[in-house]
Amino acid sequence: MTVARFDGVDFSYPLAEPRRGHPFTLRGVSFDLAAGEVFGVLGPNSAGKTTLIRLLTRIVSPTGGTIEVEGVALAAMTRAELARRIAVVPQDMPQGLPFTVQELVLMGRYPHAPRRFFETPHDLAVAREAMTATGVLDLADARVAVLSGGERQRVALARALAQEPRLLVLDEPTAHLDLRYQVECVALLRRVNRERGTTIVLVSHDLNLAGALCDRLLLLADGRIARLGTPAEVLEETMLTTIYGCSVSVERNALTGRPVVQVAWRR
Amino acid sequence: MTRRLVSALALLGALLLGVAVLAIFLGSARLSPLTVLRVLGGGAGAESTEHVVVLGLRLPRIAAAVLAGGALAVAGVGFQGLTRNPLAEPSVLGVSAGAAFGVVVGQLAGGSGAVFDAVRVAAFGFGGALVAGAAVYLIASVHGAFPIQTLLLAGVIVGIFFGSAVTVLISLVDIDRLGGVVHWLLGNIAPLPARSLLVFACLAALGFAAIVSQARELNVLALGEEAARQLGINAERVKAQIFVAAALLTSSVVAFAGPIGFVGLIVPHMLRLLLGPDNRLLVPTAMVGGGTFLLIADTIARNAVAPAELSVGIITSFFGAPFFVYLLRTRRGVL
Repeated sequence: MTVARFDGVDFSYPLAEPRRGHPFTLRGVSFDLAAGEVFGVLGPNSAGKTTLIRLLTRIVSPTGGTIEVEGVALAAMTRAELARRIAVVPQDMPQGLPFTVQELVLMGRYPHAPRRFFETPHDLAVAREAMTATGVLDLADARVAVLSGGERQRVALARALAQEPRLLVLDEPTAHLDLRYQVECVALLRRVNRERGTTIVLVSHDLNLAGALCDRLLLLADGRIARLGTPAEVLEETMLTTIYGCSVSVERNALTGRPVVQVAWRR
Repeated sequence: MTRRLVSALALLGALLLGVAVLAIFLGSARLSPLTVLRVLGGGAGAESTEHVVVLGLRLPRIAAAVLAGGALAVAGVGFQGLTRNPLAEPSVLGVSAGAAFGVVVGQLAGGSGAVFDAVRVAAFGFGGALVAGAAVYLIASVHGAFPIQTLLLAGVIVGIFFGSAVTVLISLVDIDRLGGVVHWLLGNIAPLPARSLLVFACLAALGFAAIVSQARELNVLALGEEAARQLGINAERVKAQIFVAAALLTSSVVAFAGPIGFVGLIVPHMLRLLLGPDNRLLVPTAMVGGGTFLLIADTIARNAVAPAELSVGIITSFFGAPFFVYLLRTRRGVL
């Protein structure tokens, strides 16, 4: 079953924005997200990774082609309908948020009843379960602003889980985490994927993280799909060397058999 | 949650009632508590001085103060949520000044200033508030965010601009056509005629409803616009609705009482200390708490230098300005 489908999607930012970077476009991007898979999106800076998330959550609309979520055209959905299906864990939250962890996680319940003023006991139960799943239930009454980077990340993930999405999108989930929290984060995502059957889209710079965790990878370069396939097919020496413009070597992890990318640092 | 809101509202409501009772017994006309009670009980002739003082002056003035204070505090919560900035407030943002300009224009447009057409004046004030608010918005927004310095500067500048525009109008026009304009510009609660009071109450109710219905969305907007949209919120519509409603509340206060400063700063902040950041608790309690606050300030204004009177705007600014400095130094950018 297909959770989401990109069909020949073109996109370019309106005139005002490219002045802040180079004129940016996505061209002819087509792929399917299968239910229950862990899907990685890779590529150099400004290859279009974040734009892909923004397209999928209709922050921006494609200039050509179509995007479908569960067989329904994205443009035909209300924001709440979309948010019941897709949850995004952003790279980071704004500084100085005044809310407690529980208040923040409860916001994930919004799309399920936008007209309701206060959350119900059921909403609270779902939120507490999500906090339990990511190990932040002890922090329920702590203010989000005082948490460490790793804790904030887990709170953000709990908020996304409280949305009970079919598709969970993570934007650089491990960017602010030290090694131990990275490992915990990966274990947590695996568990969510296995136990809830949630499809996961992981946008990352970390080739090895994506290679270890994902079933399939999408490699973007200059707004086009450079390669789509299993980690072994995508994380391949000549391809990565061309796209990233530096020489790399790929080996197999002796334990998992997954590809491991190593950079040949210039002397 | 519902229980917390109800108990907070009950507590504030009781406080408001107490202050209102006190306010009706206090005043420059020395009436004994017994006399006031007799008037309230309907035991005084409609022509008697007591009757006029209590029912014609004190009671409508209490109602006007409560409405104005509530409207300003709710507008403050709205602007603060909108800009994600605890220092945003109708007078600080220059929206009050824009409304004042609109009100003066509205007074002049009506021919004789003596003919007080409540709806027309309020409508002109609303227009002025929208223009000033939009100007501040355009000047201060940097990629959809409002850095604290830019926002405050933009508010001050827009406020100065409309303030001088008002001065220009006043100097051009025969001062008699703008009876009591100087007093009004200081922010001054007056006993309103019943019809004006009704218009004021309707506008305040409309603005309040428009903001309280988006209180949950306002919470989520604190995560940033993109995150709010990804949570199912139509961010543009919510922001527009809150902006228009806060401008409406501000302009109705300016039209019926004058530009009173800092209520929208002090009251929401005190409520946040008591109730936390949830706008679903803040918006309803700000209506009651703001009314109580301004009623206290106005009762002081009426009685502090009796038989003369202070403008209530002077009292709120006197306490509000130091409070603003305190917030600026301690809570930079934290709502």
